[in-house]
Amino acid sequence: MNAILEFLGMGGYAAYVWPAFGAAALVLGGLLWNSVARLRTARAALKALEGTGGRRRERGDEA
Amino acid sequence: MRWWHRLASPSRFMAYSARILPWAAWGAALCIAAGLYVGLFASPADYQQGETVRIMYVHVPAAWMALFCYTAMAASSIGYLVWRQPLAELAARATAPIGASFTALALVTGSLWGQPMWGTWWVWDARLTSVLILFFLYLGYIALAEAYDDPVKGSRAASILAIVGFVNVPIVKFSVDWWNTLHQPASVSRLDGPAIDPAMLVPLLLMAAGFTLYYVAVGIVRLRALVLERRIRALQMQAAHGGSADAVTTVA
Repeated sequence: MNAILEFLGMGGYAAYVWPAFGAAALVLGGLLWNSVARLRTARAALKALEGTGGRRRERGDEA
Repeated sequence: MRWWHRLASPSRFMAYSARILPWAAWGAALCIAAGLYVGLFASPADYQQGETVRIMYVHVPAAWMALFCYTAMAASSIGYLVWRQPLAELAARATAPIGASFTALALVTGSLWGQPMWGTWWVWDARLTSVLILFFLYLGYIALAEAYDDPVKGSRAASILAIVGFVNVPIVKFSVDWWNTLHQPASVSRLDGPAIDPAMLVPLLLMAAGFTLYYVAVGIVRLRALVLERRIRALQMQAAHGGSADAVTTVA
């Protein structure tokens, strides 16, 4: 237990070290989420369009 | 057609990027997990900076990626303006938000490191100021690329900004040598070898590899989305103009 507290305490610099890692998780995680969501939206929209337009699928099109 | 033209064709890209993506994504996850483990648990505190030195494991790789992404964005913009590669333009558009994110991360973590070690969150020295300008260049690129209804106009304007703004990249890199900065000079990329203990160099390089692979993976995801969005636009134009196939073949 003490070892965990000592680790979390970061030698008195917890208020600087953890927000830095938290910011990294937030920014990189958020960007990943946004990118995957955008790809999913585009894929669904294209599928809907091709469904009505009847365009042939090319090799490597499966996104 | 030369091999790079074929590689740069959007439909070829959709085929091979699907194969690269899982490797890049898993590689990024593994490298970042290993880098976090070594950086947080299995590496020593600094004899002067104490535990704050661990901020380095996100701050320095993020700053490297900020410059790397801008260089990639400027190179892609040249590929678009000079050789008219449609994929190069989309690659630059896909890179911009990733580079902006890494730059913001470098600024925030640098601030969190500066307060305990320098006694200030921010100082207008050459390194910090030039990185802030780098961040604004990314934002400017994104704003300009999205500013026109016609994506071609936006791409030309944004590409020119990316290329002109590249002058800031060496300024960021060498600011610590050219001017008297509060920010320390480089410790890893030095002519006489890294001035950093292997115990700290290992987690640093693991995180740098992880961030690079993250850029590849997220870049592929964003680029795939952009290719599909262009295809959607072409199909919509085709439908609006009564079924000519020209609009589709130019982008897909």
